Amino acid sequence: MASSSQTEHSVYYVPASGWYPVFLAFGLMVTVTGLASWLNVNKTGGATDWSQTIVGTIIVIAVLYSWFAKVVAENAQGLNNAMLNKSYVWGMGWFIFSEVMFFAAFFGALFYVRALVVPWLGGDGAKGITGDYLWPEFQAAWPVVTNPDAAIFSNPGQSMAAPEVSVAAMSNWGAYLPFWNTVILLSSSFTVHWAHHAIKHADRFKLIMWLSITCALGVLFVFLQGLEYVHAYRDLGLTLNSGIYGSTFFLLTGFHGFHVTMGTFILIVQLFRAIKGHFTANDCFGFEAASWYWHFVDVVWVGLFIFVYIF
Amino acid sequence: MSEVIHAGHHDDHDHGPAKGLTRWLFTTNHKDIGTLYLWFSFAMLLVGGLLALVIRTELFQPGLQFIQPEFFNQMTTNHGLIMVFGAIMPAFVGLANWLIPMQVGAPDMALPRMNNLSFWILPFAFGMMISTLFMEGGGPNFGWTFYAPLSTTYAPPSVTYFIFAVHLMGASSIMGSINIIATILNMRAPGMTLMKMPMFVWTWLITAYLLIAVMPVLAGAVTMMLFDIHFDTSFFNAAGGGDPVMFQHIFWFFGHPEVYIMILPAFGIVSHIIPTFARKQLFGYDSMVYAVASIAFLSFIVWAHHMFTVGMPLAGQLFFMYSTMLIAVPTGVKVFNWIATMWRGSMTFETPMLFAIAFVVLFTMGGFSGLMLAITPADYQYHDTYFVVAHFHYVLVPGALFSIIAAVYFWFPKWTGKMYDETLGKIHFWLSFIGVNVTFFPQHFSGLAGMPRRIPDYALQFADFNMISSVGAFIFGFSQLFFLYVIIKSIRSGTPAEGRSWEGVKGLEWTLPSPAPYHSFTYPPEVTEADAR
Repeated sequence: MASSSQTEHSVYYVPASGWYPVFLAFGLMVTVTGLASWLNVNKTGGATDWSQTIVGTIIVIAVLYSWFAKVVAENAQGLNNAMLNKSYVWGMGWFIFSEVMFFAAFFGALFYVRALVVPWLGGDGAKGITGDYLWPEFQAAWPVVTNPDAAIFSNPGQSMAAPEVSVAAMSNWGAYLPFWNTVILLSSSFTVHWAHHAIKHADRFKLIMWLSITCALGVLFVFLQGLEYVHAYRDLGLTLNSGIYGSTFFLLTGFHGFHVTMGTFILIVQLFRAIKGHFTANDCFGFEAASWYWHFVDVVWVGLFIFVYIF
Repeated sequence: MSEVIHAGHHDDHDHGPAKGLTRWLFTTNHKDIGTLYLWFSFAMLLVGGLLALVIRTELFQPGLQFIQPEFFNQMTTNHGLIMVFGAIMPAFVGLANWLIPMQVGAPDMALPRMNNLSFWILPFAFGMMISTLFMEGGGPNFGWTFYAPLSTTYAPPSVTYFIFAVHLMGASSIMGSINIIATILNMRAPGMTLMKMPMFVWTWLITAYLLIAVMPVLAGAVTMMLFDIHFDTSFFNAAGGGDPVMFQHIFWFFGHPEVYIMILPAFGIVSHIIPTFARKQLFGYDSMVYAVASIAFLSFIVWAHHMFTVGMPLAGQLFFMYSTMLIAVPTGVKVFNWIATMWRGSMTFETPMLFAIAFVVLFTMGGFSGLMLAITPADYQYHDTYFVVAHFHYVLVPGALFSIIAAVYFWFPKWTGKMYDETLGKIHFWLSFIGVNVTFFPQHFSGLAGMPRRIPDYALQFADFNMISSVGAFIFGFSQLFFLYVIIKSIRSGTPAEGRSWEGVKGLEWTLPSPAPYHSFTYPPEVTEADAR
């Protein structure tokens, strides 16, 4: 029964050999060795040179472009059967899980520092003796505005913490960028969902409209995040060198911002594909994967907003 | 248009391998990629083994004879990193590539191009890592666990390259694992339910899950290192409110699942070999599956048993002691089942079976010394001694590595269509078995007597045990060169093998001819009860 119903089209498509992977691996190696050499030279104060990193990045981008173009073309030729599409679904799902675990490492560091390390350094808790011996004057608080050794890690006493939640402080929230970024990113999750809805109803105009709005919101988010960093560095003196608060703040929000940038880029690619008419109600996995990724960065932001900014 | 599709389709399915170097560079075939992984890991085994022999040469006698302590540290560090990330892990991924599509009745891995990418990242990553040994300031010298601040404040400049090499290896592992999970969950032949899957497939499904869960955490750890080194953050610096012990927590949250990543596929391999040569069904298949799943779950909540002496609160020490001891239960179930499988079987002792039985015995010994280390107060004595070295080498060498060697002998006829030379195989086994025990068994004693690990010189009282250990290491090291000889000789002049190469062996891969055709199951096979597992 199984073999008699096999048609050519239900055969699992195994691509013939291709040059993309080995060139991508090569490009990655060129990029990271260039970056490593840049960092090491920079640390010793020598003359730095971006050229190798740029060449590597160009190779990576060129290969990724050809690779994805090929995959899109193969799909258009009808080579992908239902089973292969399911492999893509599993693949994207587990990729997002790996991203979740990447952020978990940084959230874990934040929670460990806030729950244990800072109190111990302040002389409280099971290992409070640490603080008593090392820096007896250090007062535990979060955000840590005065570091245990303020000579090495300087923090002028500012943080990005949210204003109080009260009627009197309402006006402060209006000027609080992370609040607006939350609004922007949450809205973009809705707009990308409506774009998906439009694909399902074969409404290309609405698809392009909602997807464009989503991309615009993504760009706006990254722009405002950039403004916030400028504000932190220039006005508040809050930097990567500001001790553990600056470290966790910038790496968590920075990697999130990087993911939003990537997500926006992916959505822009999907927008071009939508304009070209690639998507149909039954065949739109590229879009769906991008939108899952987008929902994922949105959820991470909610976690950030709660644990980095509010509490 | 339809001709285009047709032509394209035939291009992709009916060709055999391409000729020359591009076959290996551009391949999307799971068998080619599996072969690449296996040869790569063997090369890394020899490189890592060479570093181990440098270590054992220096330790042959007390005093500093051949190398400086600084270089010794680079040797221990790179030996560990190369063996863990370059030899053991890629060997298991190679086996997964070769076997999983055949065992589940799939045409190939789910995402063949990404499969090739996962492999080709590795030579570049290890090229970067090994090149650090020749850089100014030397290579990584902070131990394979790269604890901060040794790996941050006090690290040689080459640490930056090391960090990016780890990032690349992580990306390779994650992509490889995604591929394996997608293959197993999506591409099983009709009729192969989850609880009919071969044990090797089950163990790899769970291993791949562990890899996807923890490799990103390792990426996070090295990223924090990178920022501490180059951008003045203070994750692992208490002066800025961070904590060097936090590095150990993050590292071991990755590291403990990692050690199970290196042993679960071994459990799968042994669960194929023992039933075959005992001529019985695997005893307690269901409990084997649940045991592996339990071990995987527990692996996430035991990490701090590597850090009993760093100054954790008592409640933490107790929690991690008890949770660690719990692992003995599912592991005991597995050992019991392997023995019960052999019980009253009509056993024969071909090379794979010898390695598998040695695995059961010696891995169990490594497990027991692990149980000793799990006892917090006892660990205060054992911590960072050669007892720990003996423990993890017993689970990794006669554990993981023996299972890989067993797998190579067991599936060799399926891969090459040739039978290996049984006499030479047995000689290889006995040399390895004797070598491994002569090397690592005395280390239990020197460790219990207090000899610290990672030192180039030691007190006179440890001289005899170290000398024995070094002799064993050379026996073991050179017997792996003999392994290479056996493999090459068998590939060139082995006797032709049958499709079902072992008497009564179960599994879909044995329904194929030997060597297995370039594309195995373009159409999914019928899964019969007899062939499932």
